Amino acid sequence: MKKRLVAAFVLLVLAGAALLPLQLLAARSAEKAHFRKTDIDIGLRERIGQSGFLAALSGFRSPLAAILWIEAHTAWENTEWGRMAGIFQTVTTLQPRSLMYWDMASWHMAWNAAVAAMQNEKQPSEALRIKARREYEELGRHFLERGIANNPDRYQLYLQMGVLQRDRLENHCAAAEAFLKASEFPDAPPYAARFAGYEMAKCPGREREAYDHLRRLYEQGESQRLPSLINLLREMENKLDIPEVDRVESAAFPPARER
Amino acid sequence: MRALRVTAAIGRNTFTELVRQKVFFFLLIFALLVIGNSAFMAKLSFQEQFQMLKDISLGAMSVFSSLLAILATAGFLPKDMEDRTIYTILAKPVPRWLYLLGKLTGIIALLAVAVLLMSGLFLGVLWLKESVVLAETRAQFEGAPVEELARAVKEVTDATFQANLVPGIAVIFLKAALLAALTLFISTFATSSIFTILMAAAVYFIGHLQATARDYWLAGLDPDWWLRLLAAAVALVFPDLQAFNLTDDIIAGTAVPLMLFVETALLGFLYTAVYFALAALVFSGREL
Repeated sequence: MKKRLVAAFVLLVLAGAALLPLQLLAARSAEKAHFRKTDIDIGLRERIGQSGFLAALSGFRSPLAAILWIEAHTAWENTEWGRMAGIFQTVTTLQPRSLMYWDMASWHMAWNAAVAAMQNEKQPSEALRIKARREYEELGRHFLERGIANNPDRYQLYLQMGVLQRDRLENHCAAAEAFLKASEFPDAPPYAARFAGYEMAKCPGREREAYDHLRRLYEQGESQRLPSLINLLREMENKLDIPEVDRVESAAFPPARER
Repeated sequence: MRALRVTAAIGRNTFTELVRQKVFFFLLIFALLVIGNSAFMAKLSFQEQFQMLKDISLGAMSVFSSLLAILATAGFLPKDMEDRTIYTILAKPVPRWLYLLGKLTGIIALLAVAVLLMSGLFLGVLWLKESVVLAETRAQFEGAPVEELARAVKEVTDATFQANLVPGIAVIFLKAALLAALTLFISTFATSSIFTILMAAAVYFIGHLQATARDYWLAGLDPDWWLRLLAAAVALVFPDLQAFNLTDDIIAGTAVPLMLFVETALLGFLYTAVYFALAALVFSGREL
């Protein structure tokens, strides 16, 4: 029995060595497909505690993230913005490939927490309220930036970055860049390219580029010829002094709802 | 042919024995988790609800199948020896390795049924939840342009069932089968089922760190030879269980390339075969 046991352990080590190339091959394929990108480090250990860390190491990252997300929801109901931000950091570290976590974390910070900061009656100084609002908005932007860095192969967070830059930070040049990047993905919705054009038109110095971009969309056909696009094109034609012969046709277009 | 018949007979017997031990009662807890989770999450947005449902359900599937694999396998050898059934079987012209193969087949069949039942329950709840959200969406978009309704419906369906869940569930089963073979190997030289369970649990945890030790060893950056040796020992002795954790990323929407699935499945199959072969080697020399 003892001899067989020793032989079995020797064989176990040899089998481990023989399986090593396949392990490495699978690990490389996983990395290429954006699997296992979680950065399990001492910072995460401090945030989730020993048992949470053990669970994360044992392959239960997603249930742990789900439980923490529910905790964040409770914190939201109690308007504990600081606690929420901390939980969001942990959840997004545990599940960096989940777009929903990045998107919602950013939305909660840049919209809900920022608005709450401005309406904070306990803070009499308006300057400090504005400062707090900006900090939350920046935090929201930071979540999206990290989300994009972890998911460069998907358009959704670029789109959300565009919305945030446009509606919250009012940085039209940055919004145009984000929408443009989103529109480069083959599965991106068609409005991403239109939004890029609209924002580019508001970015000083990029008017001509915006016009060319919108014009290209117009040439794509009926699906892109929405009233807002046509109106903006006409406005820009006047502004850029485009020759009459090069302008878009002035035919009536069926009404459509722009998103 | 005879070997197949013997394996099937022992496997069937093992399966029936385990079913009689009411192991499937754990499904009640799983059902409570899945249904309770979906009812409790009603306050969240539909994307959040679907994400939570998938996170908790697939996590629970992984826990239950791994536990079932370890506990069911750890108990059978001491039990068969205590009941003396093992002597009755081995007194017949049944080689010891065939007895083990039959037992492992029975346990793997039990794991397959358990994973199938859990998947059915999970997918059923997911489908029901999707139907409710779709009905709500259609009511909300009544009168809106068809294009907008189609976009909203697509958002809901994209958040629910993804074809990627299937390879994810298959990998959960493979991991459980691997753990069953590993526990079988430990039980062939273990003195009690508690020892087997503890050892298997330890291997389970270390196995999830094996990839870290392996990369550390292969990078060869540490100047201390004994640290490199320790990392090499972990990398060579323990299985890479982290390779079987695809569901965490599948839930997050990452697509599983066919090559990755094939490599992972092959790894799972080879690990199972290696542990079984080692179990047969040790068991053939064990005094009964």
